[in-house]
Amino acid sequence: MKFLRDFLDRQQSLFKEGGKLEKYYALFEMVDTFLYTPGEVTRESTHVKDSMDLKRLMMTVVVALVPCIIFAMYNTGMQANLALAKLGQQSAFGWRGDILSSLGVAIDPYSFWASMAHGALYFLPLLIVSYMVGGAWESLFAMVRGHEINEGFLVTGLLFPLILPPTMPWWQAALGVSFGVVVGKEVFGGVGKNFLNPALTGRAFLFFAYPAQISGDAVWVAADGFSGATPLSVGYAGGQAAIESSFSWMDAFLGFIPGSMGETSTLACLIGAVILIASGVASWRIMASVVIGAGCLVFLFNTVGSSTNTMFSITPGWHFVLGGFAFGLVFMATDPVSGSMTKTGQWIYGLLIGCMVILIRVVNQAFPEGMMLAILFGNVWAPVIDHYVVKANIKRRMIRNGQ
Amino acid sequence: MAKITKVLFDPIFKENPIALQILGICSALAVTSKMDTVIVMTLALIFVTSLSNLSVSLIRNYIPTNIRIIAQMTIIASLVIIVDQLLKAYAFSISKQLSVYVGLIITNCIVMGRAEAYAMKNGPWMSFLDGLGNALGYGLILFIVGFFRELFGSGKLLGFNILKPITEGGWYPTNGLLLLPPSAFFLIGFIIWALRTWKKDQVEEEN
Repeated sequence: MKFLRDFLDRQQSLFKEGGKLEKYYALFEMVDTFLYTPGEVTRESTHVKDSMDLKRLMMTVVVALVPCIIFAMYNTGMQANLALAKLGQQSAFGWRGDILSSLGVAIDPYSFWASMAHGALYFLPLLIVSYMVGGAWESLFAMVRGHEINEGFLVTGLLFPLILPPTMPWWQAALGVSFGVVVGKEVFGGVGKNFLNPALTGRAFLFFAYPAQISGDAVWVAADGFSGATPLSVGYAGGQAAIESSFSWMDAFLGFIPGSMGETSTLACLIGAVILIASGVASWRIMASVVIGAGCLVFLFNTVGSSTNTMFSITPGWHFVLGGFAFGLVFMATDPVSGSMTKTGQWIYGLLIGCMVILIRVVNQAFPEGMMLAILFGNVWAPVIDHYVVKANIKRRMIRNGQ
Repeated sequence: MAKITKVLFDPIFKENPIALQILGICSALAVTSKMDTVIVMTLALIFVTSLSNLSVSLIRNYIPTNIRIIAQMTIIASLVIIVDQLLKAYAFSISKQLSVYVGLIITNCIVMGRAEAYAMKNGPWMSFLDGLGNALGYGLILFIVGFFRELFGSGKLLGFNILKPITEGGWYPTNGLLLLPPSAFFLIGFIIWALRTWKKDQVEEEN
């Protein structure tokens, strides 16, 4: 691998100050530090000594996302194949059908590889769009503002396609990720200064701009003319009984249900959660408090009951495995930048999100799912929560030290 | 002459009431989903602001300081009632679309702000021009926001199909977010961003 290092070193002078390609230093830096540990060391006295830098932090999240990604492709393909079988179709639609049949892959929902291949043809294009378009904005801002291209985008660009329905048109995904990166992050000064989760901001943009492609019953299963409602919208129409008659709890837990690609499997999210908590990347306090907040409120709604609103009857066990709850809980709410930083603050922040998601799901008659809006709402409050926690801490210590 | 140009044109880019002073945002959110309401609202505000500035300036030396706000309000309210009645008589459908926002010109911060900050201290002619300039500055932002919201939100301009929406058999998928009032926040934000990149002195100092 020495020739690669030598090659990079030779190019370096081009990008340094005064070099011909000085403007593109951010791009060079990105490639260099992605491949190798940066050669620069801190010269002044250091104040933090930790092997856990931003790069390692973000890579851990990417690793934790791997089960979700694999399951996203598998389940997307499986749901599509099941739907095609129900519709009596022999091959997939459009160019995907051409590729699959030229590879000799049958439309078989019970074959792992057939489903993976079909699902990958839905997931990978969206992933590529997300990385290319989002990456282009990221690089543009890095070059104009002269800061480094941040590894944070590696995670944002991966999270974004995972929270989209498989049928999302590519140009809308491109628009969404542009909005997420520019308005959700770069206008505030880039990674570390954004108060909203960029991937969720992009999804919220699409949710309000093009609701037909990201809500309703027709978009969650990638087969034209097939209406596959998500369990939550089934429950929205008919309550717990309706969900139980169409889905089993185990399927919902494992993820064999229609939904946004990466979020259906609670199990895959839990594996991610274990990795994130064990490596200390994500806050277990936030995860615990979201679950507690949501659980308590669901319990309250179950006890109160309602004769008009069927969502009141859904039990906590179902709420946790449906929709984006697990995925948002593990990967979105715990975003170290847009979430609360203080330990007490994290409890309050998590409880707020937990209560809010159930409020939107159950009481709000407009949306069957509420994880996206609840987390964005929590993000908005996080700085205020932190501010008062810090203030309270200062006040307490002042009294204790008798000033 | 230089002073006239300054009073009239400064509020358009240099001291824009919406982009720099962040006033009059509420109506900028509410009436900008279509261009025709934007035009009527701008005309109404030009009429009210310039004439209220003129009238306040004419009697500025006779208004007792203690009740000046009430006196200004009376003048502004009378002008707004005239506008409202005229719209109801001659442009009823537009008047219905604008609903309460014509009446709310009374509380539009720009009108009150100019009467209090400029007309109370300057002569009638200059005050008139100041009111005109500020209303034009307000109108400019409304035009830009309304242009983007109507064109990309419903594929039309002044009701004519420019980008034919899918719902009417065309090809353009309309952007629902732009039809919601909060989208004006994003657009105004983008305008302020562009304006402050162009005119660096408008950037506020960080503290």
